[in-house]
Amino acid sequence: MFKRLPDDSRAIVRLTIAGQPVEARAGDSVAAAMLAAGLLPARTTPVSETDRAPYCMMGVCFDCLMVIDGIASRQACMVTVRDGMKVEPQHGARRIPGQSR
Amino acid sequence: MTDVFDLIVIGAGPAGMAAATTAAACGASVMLLDENASPGGQIYRAITTTPVRKRRILGGAYWVGENWTVRLKRSTVKYVPRTEIWMLRAEGNEIEVGVRDATGARLLRARQVVVATGAMERPMPVPGWTLPGVMTVGAAQTMLKASGMVPEGETVIAGSGPLLYLYARQLLAAGCRPALILDTTPPSNWRRAAWHLPAFVASRYFLKGLSLLGAVLRKVPIERHVRMLRAEGGDRLREIVWQSPTGEQRRKVDVLLLHQGVVPAINLWSAAGCRSVWNDDQACWHAEADSWGQSSVPGIIVAGDGAGVAGAEIAAVRGALAGLQAAHLCRRIDEGMRDGQARGLQMALSRFLRGRDFIDALYRPADWVRTPTGDTIVCRCEEITAAQIVEAGRAGCPGPSQLKAYLRCGMGPCQGRQCGLAVTELLSKVLERSPGDIGHFRYRPPVKPLTVGELASVPASVEDEASVVRL
Repeated sequence: MFKRLPDDSRAIVRLTIAGQPVEARAGDSVAAAMLAAGLLPARTTPVSETDRAPYCMMGVCFDCLMVIDGIASRQACMVTVRDGMKVEPQHGARRIPGQSR
Repeated sequence: MTDVFDLIVIGAGPAGMAAATTAAACGASVMLLDENASPGGQIYRAITTTPVRKRRILGGAYWVGENWTVRLKRSTVKYVPRTEIWMLRAEGNEIEVGVRDATGARLLRARQVVVATGAMERPMPVPGWTLPGVMTVGAAQTMLKASGMVPEGETVIAGSGPLLYLYARQLLAAGCRPALILDTTPPSNWRRAAWHLPAFVASRYFLKGLSLLGAVLRKVPIERHVRMLRAEGGDRLREIVWQSPTGEQRRKVDVLLLHQGVVPAINLWSAAGCRSVWNDDQACWHAEADSWGQSSVPGIIVAGDGAGVAGAEIAAVRGALAGLQAAHLCRRIDEGMRDGQARGLQMALSRFLRGRDFIDALYRPADWVRTPTGDTIVCRCEEITAAQIVEAGRAGCPGPSQLKAYLRCGMGPCQGRQCGLAVTELLSKVLERSPGDIGHFRYRPPVKPLTVGELASVPASVEDEASVVRL
């Protein structure tokens, strides 16, 4: 959905999003890395299970809630990418580890 | 951490940086907390880290922010990035600030707090605005500033306000051409704005606006008087539909960027008990504040766009005034020194304010944007439609806070940030009372998400423990 301008000289950061290897740049938010990789959606809603993607990129819409390194309901636009990070879309409401469904 | 700072400033945008550095220059001990990774707020987002090398892409008004980050770096201010603020509370003569960072949650204390949490884009609830592929113009601009990214494919920019044209010019400078601009500014706004035209023409905003418009007009088709925009496409955005003066139009698009100006972010200061005021010219709430930014809660000063949207330059001036007042209240400077230093700032303020009335009148969002109808989702989190809210009002729901009990509207993770204004205006319409009379959601801490574990790890006072332990 987005592409990088050519003269970006920041270091490459490797992470996986929805199981896919993604090359981001140091300083990117997880949401930006996802939009550049075209790996939508960020989540499905708890109410109707429809797809959502980052909308505001500044932490006020909460539509980019994702599971980042095993922790759910994190705002992907407010988290900076790190090498080896594992990002998964969040389906429905957050589930706490060990909680029965 | 047991240190009590003279002043904690929340938000490192222009108002926050100005407040913090001004108070520190007066001898106050100052901590500046910000949720982003680097200073600048949204307007100067990522100014110290942006990968965008060609300075003309982001433009001169962006790079002005460097003056502030340099000033911050040279100051004695303790700047703490990546820190979310989830609570503000008056405790005796101090203000308690609930913070959360990578290490967990805790409480800080200060004699004075300046809330400089600024503004956010006004939500634009049109049908299909929740589809992947639809974002705000500000969001796309953040992608450009922070990550050097531009939209891919057919991109349409829709809405009202100067940012539409500023962002289009930034894209053009970056070698990326938006397919179309759909301007929803209602023609009737020109009648209201015309009163303020002489002041605007004499103001610094006039030539800036003219050159911006000129640069974009030559390269991007602009359609005006657009109404009833909607996005369609099932699982993601594929088409947009709108009413033009000549009839219904339809177009295939990849990215739709929406914008309707900015409105104060009210959650934090409102949850701290600061009174808000409905501003009918801007159709939004702002903090009740005096000329120093003093809110209705002693110890809490609201600076910048939170005390009324007026742009980055005015935010910085108001921030500096707030910093002087905070330093004075901490007994670092006397009244005479405060007033002496404020004089130049107050003159700058009146100069910057000139022409703003025109901008407010011209870009006041259209009725169909502020009060959507039918199946249009208003509360993105709980997926509550405009029709449901209107129906609840007809069924006897007296206000926004009660609407939570009727529909769960405003109770999702965004805590009413996206639906709040539309809820107030929809209920105002159906109950035939003014928005100021209807009021807004009652906001409560934590205003940022916290885990129960984080909350439990906050050190508790003897009184706190006594209030929950059974004897």
